[in-house]
Amino acid sequence: MKFSNGFSMGQFVPGESRVHSLDPRCKIMGMFILLAVPFAAKKPLDFVPAAFCLYAISAASGIRFAKLLRAGRPVLFLIAFTAILNLFWTPGREITRLGPLRVTAEGVTLAFCVSLRIYCLVMMAAALMMTTSPMDFASGAERLMSPLAVIKFPVSEMAMMMTIALRFIPTLFEESERIMKAQMSRGADFESGGLIKRARAYIPILAPLFIQVFVRADNLATAMESRCYVPGAPRTKLNPLVWRSRDTAAMACVIAFVVFSLVWNRYIYRLADLLCPESLF
Amino acid sequence: MDGPIFSVRGAEYAYKGASCPAIEDVNLSVASGEWVALLGTNGSGKSTLAKMMNALLVPTRGVCFVMGMDTSDAELAAFIRRNVALVFQNPDDQIVASIVEEDVAFGPENLGLPSDAIRAVVERALRLTGLSETRRRGSHSLSGGQKQRLALAGALAMEPKALILDESTSMLDPEGRASFLDCLRELNARGITVIQITHRMEEVVHASRIVVMEKGKIAWDGSPYIFWEEKRAAFGFDIPPELELLRSLRAGGFVPAGTRPAVNDLLEALCL
Amino acid sequence: MSIKAVNIKYIYNAGTPAAVTALDGVSVEAGRGEWVSIVGHTGSGKSTLAQHLNLLLTPSSGFVSIDGATIAPGSREARAARRKVGLVFQYPESQFFAETVREEIAFAPSNWGVAGVALDACVNEAAASAGLSPSALGSNPFSLSGGERRRAAIASVLSMKPDYLVLDEPTAGLDASGVRGLTATFGELCSKGMAVIHVTHDMEIAMSMSDRIAVLERGVLVASGAPERVAEYLSERPVKGLVMPASARFAHGLREKGIHAPLAGGVSEIIETLEEARSRRKR
Repeated sequence: MKFSNGFSMGQFVPGESRVHSLDPRCKIMGMFILLAVPFAAKKPLDFVPAAFCLYAISAASGIRFAKLLRAGRPVLFLIAFTAILNLFWTPGREITRLGPLRVTAEGVTLAFCVSLRIYCLVMMAAALMMTTSPMDFASGAERLMSPLAVIKFPVSEMAMMMTIALRFIPTLFEESERIMKAQMSRGADFESGGLIKRARAYIPILAPLFIQVFVRADNLATAMESRCYVPGAPRTKLNPLVWRSRDTAAMACVIAFVVFSLVWNRYIYRLADLLCPESLF
Repeated sequence: MDGPIFSVRGAEYAYKGASCPAIEDVNLSVASGEWVALLGTNGSGKSTLAKMMNALLVPTRGVCFVMGMDTSDAELAAFIRRNVALVFQNPDDQIVASIVEEDVAFGPENLGLPSDAIRAVVERALRLTGLSETRRRGSHSLSGGQKQRLALAGALAMEPKALILDESTSMLDPEGRASFLDCLRELNARGITVIQITHRMEEVVHASRIVVMEKGKIAWDGSPYIFWEEKRAAFGFDIPPELELLRSLRAGGFVPAGTRPAVNDLLEALCL
Repeated sequence: MSIKAVNIKYIYNAGTPAAVTALDGVSVEAGRGEWVSIVGHTGSGKSTLAQHLNLLLTPSSGFVSIDGATIAPGSREARAARRKVGLVFQYPESQFFAETVREEIAFAPSNWGVAGVALDACVNEAAASAGLSPSALGSNPFSLSGGERRRAAIASVLSMKPDYLVLDEPTAGLDASGVRGLTATFGELCSKGMAVIHVTHDMEIAMSMSDRIAVLERGVLVASGAPERVAEYLSERPVKGLVMPASARFAHGLREKGIHAPLAGGVSEIIETLEEARSRRKR
């Protein structure tokens, strides 16, 4: 049994692409702005710009589109759930019946749109995480949130917490695996018995793990103090973030694209009606 | 520097809630450039003394000066810590960042140095510890010996005058230990004062001075020669294998007096 | 009666680009009452091999047999067989979870259904053979000293009364007297008929305690045999990350001078050899 498997959703994929080399602040802001595109999409054809956008990100970042698509897999259950809700509980023009449940034309459209919207959101977030190293993400988020320091929000401490958490994830996985093996070699059994018995069997793993975490936290705090760390004190950076002209250009593209897609949403159905008045949509 | 780098006088430290002090009546003066081996069993107060010399702990009685600065003055703590760096036992508990060079930069970043200056000291620290090749690697992917050298690099990046090593080699394998000690020898030759806490007698042979702690007090302080000749057995320390070999060969009259306790030297000096 | 690992091959992250062959065709055997050391540099695969002996890992090829029966890891028999093979991990005190040392030691036997008076007997016996003072049983494991804590961890494995004891760097981080005391304890267990499989990079202990030594280098078994033979091999062909004891290096130097000194013996054997050589020369 391994803990470290199944930990790949939206994980950083190292690379040298144009998207990778953007400033993390640009990528984080850009992602949030681009989220407007799927959010503004109300009808199926409105998703064309979103799809185009994701495809463009994939092309510019060197991350295969299939890989981006797979990033949405963990939320498929959520998508199915909301789709079913929308499908059967949207009032409107009935088109068919499944037993006691009525399916409306509006329901079909809504279910389709909501599903696509969630999927797009996840893919966009995944695109950000796949092209931004966790360390870059932390320092980008720190800088973006720095205005919050005015209201005494501990921005730099939060960023330091994130840095340390990232650093310790692999260590803790390794440790839990080692403790699990040690308890198994002492006859611990995680596979038989009912739910409660199994849950109890995990105490000999979780208790030592927590103890280790606290011991480590204590040691680490001492080590950080001895290396002159003072919480909240101003720090400089080995690799400070530099906003380059390409970041400005990328932001401009993003904004232009969002405007374009809003215009698209407004006119695409009039255009479609003109070209093909019998369209199902 | 003229005065001693460390000057501890009548120092006592009691942890909160402890029935007796962890160290008491400690007097120690260390000159710049010395290599002091601090010996003692587990719980003899060595680590407490190490933390005191880094201003992590302030003596509850007596005083501790580092380069003439009183460690009880909180304002001076940053100055003291950048000049006296501490390396601990478990490298995994000292590494802060996921990327090697980012971790080395942690100390200078805390000092508020400009990026160019940080880059320069990081570069130097990585070179001194032989880690330049690994600078962009994940700190997690390093071997145990490399990790401990990374912790050392993190300390060196603050360009300290002294290094305190609290059992820094105890979790390393012979190879990692050898490369770590090579680093230390090089640094000591460059004038950095070394205070080394260790259990391994073979590491003590590099020291220019030996301090033994027992039950929170300094039980002995003197030259390695006298330690090996007269005091070692009384304190219950093991004899390093090379030295044991030298002793037996000397006793049998197989090597002349003054031979160094190293296998190659012993073989060369051998006379039947 | 013995434990055998035969032709073990093990690949970490098999089938991915990060695949690493940790062990490649390694065989090792230990009979009851024997002390077998597995030595190698960090990353040589010696810990991986130790975990195979305890059936915690499924080899890519090869098998483990205990008392003549081949056992598939993950099977029902594997869990039962694991009881015969005690495995002490590196820094075993990090697996403590119970509030008292007694509960910690009782964990293993109670997993196999031992209870009541029998369990108490198990705990007391294990504590005694690990050299743990009975007064420590009632205390919190974290209140013990480093050496006692290690002994408590070892007792918590001995309490399942294994026939084979696999030790992964059992003395790491202890001071010299702790190392000496613990090594003597293992020697005693061995002389009482337990097989000791000692994973270490401490050649000094390996040379002085072992009946046989297996040397691993990057997942491959490069030498195996009696300490003297292995010392001969390693003197001729050093393995990265393994440092021969000073006396062995000195003895090897003597051989190059034409004096045949034992490599795996201690300092006193070397002096004896030298004295013989001297008296021969005088004559």
